[in-house]
Amino acid sequence: MPIFSYLAYPAAGAKETLLGDLRRLKYCEVMPADNEDLLILVTDTPDEAAEALLQQKIKKLSSLQSLSMAFGHADLQTDHVKKG
Amino acid sequence: MEITRRSFIKSAAVNSAVAAAAMLFPGISFGAAKDGDLESGKIQWKKTPCRFCGTGCGLLVGVSGNRAVAVKGDPNSPVNKGLCCVKGYHSIQALYGKDRLQKAQVRQNGKLVDVPLKDALDLVAQKLKETVEKHGKNSVSIYGSGQWTIPDGYAASKLFKGCIGTNNVEANARLCMASAVTGFATSFGLDEPMGCYDDIDHADVFVTWGNNMAEMHPVLFSRMLANRKRKTHVKIIDFATRLTRTSQAADKSIIFKPQTDLAVANAVCYEIIRNNWVNTGFVNSHVSFHKGLAEIGYGTKDHFEFQDKPETVDFEKFKAFLQDYTPEKVEKISGVPAKDIKYLAALYGDPDKKVTSFWCMGMNQHTRGTWINNLVYNIHLLTGKISSPGNSPFSLTGQPSACGTVREVGTLTNRLPHGVVMNEADRKHAAEIWQVPVANIDPKPTYHTVEMFRALDRGDIRFMWIQVTNPMVTMPNLKRYRDGALKEDRFIVVSDVYPTPTTDVADVILPAAMWIEREGFYGNSERRTQHFEQIVPPPGEAMCDTWQLIEVARRLGFEKQFPWPRETYIGEIWNEYSKFHNSPKHRMASYQVLKERSGVQWPFVDGKETKWRYNPKYDPAAAKDKDFDFYGCPDNKAWIWLRPYEPAAESPDTEYPFWLNTGRVIEHWHTGSMTRRIPILHSAVPSAYVELHPDDAEALGVVNGDKVKITSRRGSIVMTASINGRGMPPRGMVFVPFFDENYLINEVTLDAFCPISKQPDYKKCAVKLERVS
Repeated sequence: MPIFSYLAYPAAGAKETLLGDLRRLKYCEVMPADNEDLLILVTDTPDEAAEALLQQKIKKLSSLQSLSMAFGHADLQTDHVKKG
Repeated sequence: MEITRRSFIKSAAVNSAVAAAAMLFPGISFGAAKDGDLESGKIQWKKTPCRFCGTGCGLLVGVSGNRAVAVKGDPNSPVNKGLCCVKGYHSIQALYGKDRLQKAQVRQNGKLVDVPLKDALDLVAQKLKETVEKHGKNSVSIYGSGQWTIPDGYAASKLFKGCIGTNNVEANARLCMASAVTGFATSFGLDEPMGCYDDIDHADVFVTWGNNMAEMHPVLFSRMLANRKRKTHVKIIDFATRLTRTSQAADKSIIFKPQTDLAVANAVCYEIIRNNWVNTGFVNSHVSFHKGLAEIGYGTKDHFEFQDKPETVDFEKFKAFLQDYTPEKVEKISGVPAKDIKYLAALYGDPDKKVTSFWCMGMNQHTRGTWINNLVYNIHLLTGKISSPGNSPFSLTGQPSACGTVREVGTLTNRLPHGVVMNEADRKHAAEIWQVPVANIDPKPTYHTVEMFRALDRGDIRFMWIQVTNPMVTMPNLKRYRDGALKEDRFIVVSDVYPTPTTDVADVILPAAMWIEREGFYGNSERRTQHFEQIVPPPGEAMCDTWQLIEVARRLGFEKQFPWPRETYIGEIWNEYSKFHNSPKHRMASYQVLKERSGVQWPFVDGKETKWRYNPKYDPAAAKDKDFDFYGCPDNKAWIWLRPYEPAAESPDTEYPFWLNTGRVIEHWHTGSMTRRIPILHSAVPSAYVELHPDDAEALGVVNGDKVKITSRRGSIVMTASINGRGMPPRGMVFVPFFDENYLINEVTLDAFCPISKQPDYKKCAVKLERVS
């Protein structure tokens, strides 16, 4: 049940296009900044497989210059941090 | 509308992104972003300071049932004004790692086994008592932390110094803030900054001295960026030994060779005098000049001792001393072009510019840490740019209560909650409040941190109780101290929240309540004391560190000194502790006031906080008939010190040709024992790495992702190479973050320290590199 939020930087002059592209993708919510070329993207997918598929689709968007993760929740466990 | 945990998390994700955007683009607006569920009233919001750094950001933790489910910045906190960094936003997840310590454990036949907490506390008290009886009171010790709450540190100091009668009380803040303390003490006679974070809103120029604020103090850095965006003339100068995210945002980066900040600071003073930029009126009224010993050593041998011999001199002697530090001469030492030194001096010297200097570990973890603190004060004192809005030499702290607990409560071998053990009046004062015979308090300090672990290795110390810290990752020259802790006839008690390399060496593990699982206070970098209540219950048998100490104290027979009921003990400890600071120079707010507000700055007198000390416009302790009153020193003046450049304890040579520099990354808190259990922070930076300059990498035949062996005279480690990553060291230097217990870089570092502060230098030792195929 992963939930992530990102700062989404559009390609030059492509803020509106990126907004539309992301809004068309399932599991995505998008909030454009009012006064900067930046969007907030929140993804809320049902499982790891859907998350991976969504990531692939996002990465293919030509209107997207880069994503910067701000928050993540994945119900993962990190008991592997210790050696052995 | 039904509120689900999932919708809380989603709202937190939105808030986190909004905050991240606001750091990068001050003033950015998201009309569509609303708090949604978080504002719905179906969740209870409780205030607390963040526990992941010394900034002291105010957080609001959302609670549903018995679980913390969301975090947002506290808009009422003047520190962060509603902002948070990535660690703050994810902080509550650190409470819920799968392997939280919930039961006490005792080592039996080499293995740790679960036991009832009561039995473990019985054993701790029994071993403590037996060790004192067999080896004397100075064979037992406690080692705490800048993450100790104020009551934790107070109870530890009272038990060990007042009741048991040993000064074997130290804290990991010795490793991060001791040079700041001795810097303040020698220049001003009193610890802690004169200014406050509001300086960020007033300054025209910021100089970060070896300080990667963009990663280490991101919320304060965002306030700097916001100031620069509001006022286009504002400049940020990054004075550093490697390029970092701070460099990327700065107007100018000036890179110096390690240790030569001493020479550059002196050259800046030389230029200020040469150009007649000295604020003569200020200097004549408020400054005196002093000289100490030179060639003071590095403390690498056991039992090292040093005592400075201050000598009063005059301005002309200071001027003559600076003749060795012309910009041209210093360029040869430091690698900083003379024109850049002159530029820095011109910024400080311009009477129309308000200048704030920030520093943290770069200046403090330094074998001349006290000196470089003194030298930056020299610059501000020569120009009179101090103790007024925007003019501020500002030492930042790394831990949430390095100031509040370690520095103010005095959990260091030589300190008391007010004053020092060497001072009879201070001992009498403490004994009276603690209700112990004054003879209990030993007038002689014992071991500072490095020497305490050396004493453990030698066998002079046989019992050590470690709370809220992870020295088996953080001690320099680590192997010696880990081997020492594992020796026969040593008894190690560790109170912590997760298994760590330090619990690996424990004979008893006490599961601790973490942060908002208990009530407490922290004190941040700007003299702000912050209360937090217990917001959620601790897991299993986990117990507050303060109460662990009280339980053991009572088992040792000190019921009279630790009489408080469990329902009210934190408030009662606060009331007792406040008696130590009942003067206009350091009066603290009452328990009730602290409960109500998002932090209060001391001195707190007649209901007013003090933003700028030593300035009678703001400071109730300053004489009203003066424009400034540096009341900490005996001559009522601030002291300018003649401090020379001296090389590092160990510098690169033909055999070990690289500098090793260690530090932190934004995602991880110190040794990573908590943040590595937060899935998103762990996955963002899952392992430590070694940063190399691309040219060095090419010369070694190393590409990104290759394994590199780093070897010093003390040990070696194999790590993954990072080239052109988030930071870039200059040629001849490598940088390694220390958060990863799987890569113990401190087995490579050197346990040299500043002879005055006794703080080790984690930024400089010599290593060689090899590509590992």
